[in-house]
Amino acid sequence: MDSSYGLDLNKPLYDGRYSWFDHSKFGGTVYEPKPNDPSTRTTDPIVTGTSVLAVKYKGGVAIAADTLLSYGSLARFRDIRRIHKLNEHTIIGSSGEYSDFQYITRMLDDVVTDNHIADNNLQPMDPKSIFSYLSRVMYQRRNKQDPLYNNIVVAGYRNGESFLGSVDLLGTHYQDDHIATGFGDHIARPLLRNAYKPDLTKEEAVKLLEKCLTVLFYRDARAYYRVQICTIGEDGVNIAEPQVLQTDWSVGNVTYGYDGRRTALPQA
Amino acid sequence: MQTVEPVLACAPLPNVKEQGRFSPYTNNGGTVIAVAGKDFCVIAGDTRMSEGYSITSRNVSKVIQLTSKCVLASSGMQADIATLHKLLLIRLEQYKHQNGREMSTTSIAQLLGNTLYGKRFFPYYTFNVLGGVDDKGVGCAYSYDAVGSFERTPYSSSGTGQQLVQPLLDNQVAKKHQPNVLKVDVSAKEVEEFVRDAMTSAGERDIYTGDHVEVKTVTANGVVHQRFDLKFD
Repeated sequence: MDSSYGLDLNKPLYDGRYSWFDHSKFGGTVYEPKPNDPSTRTTDPIVTGTSVLAVKYKGGVAIAADTLLSYGSLARFRDIRRIHKLNEHTIIGSSGEYSDFQYITRMLDDVVTDNHIADNNLQPMDPKSIFSYLSRVMYQRRNKQDPLYNNIVVAGYRNGESFLGSVDLLGTHYQDDHIATGFGDHIARPLLRNAYKPDLTKEEAVKLLEKCLTVLFYRDARAYYRVQICTIGEDGVNIAEPQVLQTDWSVGNVTYGYDGRRTALPQA
Repeated sequence: MQTVEPVLACAPLPNVKEQGRFSPYTNNGGTVIAVAGKDFCVIAGDTRMSEGYSITSRNVSKVIQLTSKCVLASSGMQADIATLHKLLLIRLEQYKHQNGREMSTTSIAQLLGNTLYGKRFFPYYTFNVLGGVDDKGVGCAYSYDAVGSFERTPYSSSGTGQQLVQPLLDNQVAKKHQPNVLKVDVSAKEVEEFVRDAMTSAGERDIYTGDHVEVKTVTANGVVHQRFDLKFD
């Protein structure tokens, strides 16, 4: 019996296009690189997102990022979502070059769909498999000296098991109970390590990430106060709408030597 | 006729002058040790993974069991280590299907050397120690450089704690600079405890070594795995 549903199972799942579907046969066009095309590679990231934070809780994983994309020091785009749902068991978040993240989401969306169709039981792809696949792609690109300039966090929940892993542009990958990328590794990670316990509730986890994002906003000049705190767990995937962090800058009134208006601490 | 280039009315990209060249390498740190005995070998590695001054994870394994008589421990760049380990496991599985038995430890030693040399001009940034028992049931350890040079030695260490650990091994395993001390056969238990102490010492002074230590003891009967805590600082 033919169980391949018309797919050539000998071909690699991802063939460099955005889909196994051949658009050129149906009037669409697919750009094929030509021999004299200039070679292109990312030497440094241009439009970037800052930290992604994630923590496991009892019955799921919470993952958070702000909605800012920076162009150097310019706050270029202020409402961009950096957390993406791949399937019912997996979400990913990205820091680093946003165009590379768009490429990655399109690639993984296709891989996940192909796998879903090719699998006779129509089981959604496992978070572990997606993480493994992504790790190899990131590593192969670093081998070509043409890296995808990201640090991607993969969060998942399947069969009562939480998954949380991170991959960077070199292919370095690991799984942990809590993860913070970029500046968050310096500022939020110690807070996460301090507060983490295996029986953390979902509400506590979300509250913890909210606190970490606030601290990051105070000190990371590329961070923003509009954030998404998403969860994946027993109750399914929740890609939350952006929310605004409550901040308190009253400390500015007791600082001195900064704005030139005050040269000494106010007397008590 | 000469044409005039239009002036672009958009902001220049940041850092157009000095393009940061991408480095495909990083050192994620860690220390690995192998000590061979008469009919056993003890292989150990810590589980810390670092990036610069940050500890990225406290629980990433560097030590893998390749066969029932052979264990490999690698420090260096985690992505390369993971790739190398994956590749070796695949090749050993193929060997098992083709030959109906596991590859001998001495052959694995050569295979690892060839695999590393195969990437001589874009090396795996890995520093390996291999340990196990050979076909005669004698404990053995192998020491490598990143491009595949290797030798069989009674004991070896690699990684960020190597400078701290190797003199200790010279003195305590080979009894170097101890003219009046006789070398006697030691038990696997004694070596396990010694290796654990050596890792503790490395963790004391090397910031890239710590968290946990995995100790695998290989005998002709198979591999026994142990795990201990190191300092978390």
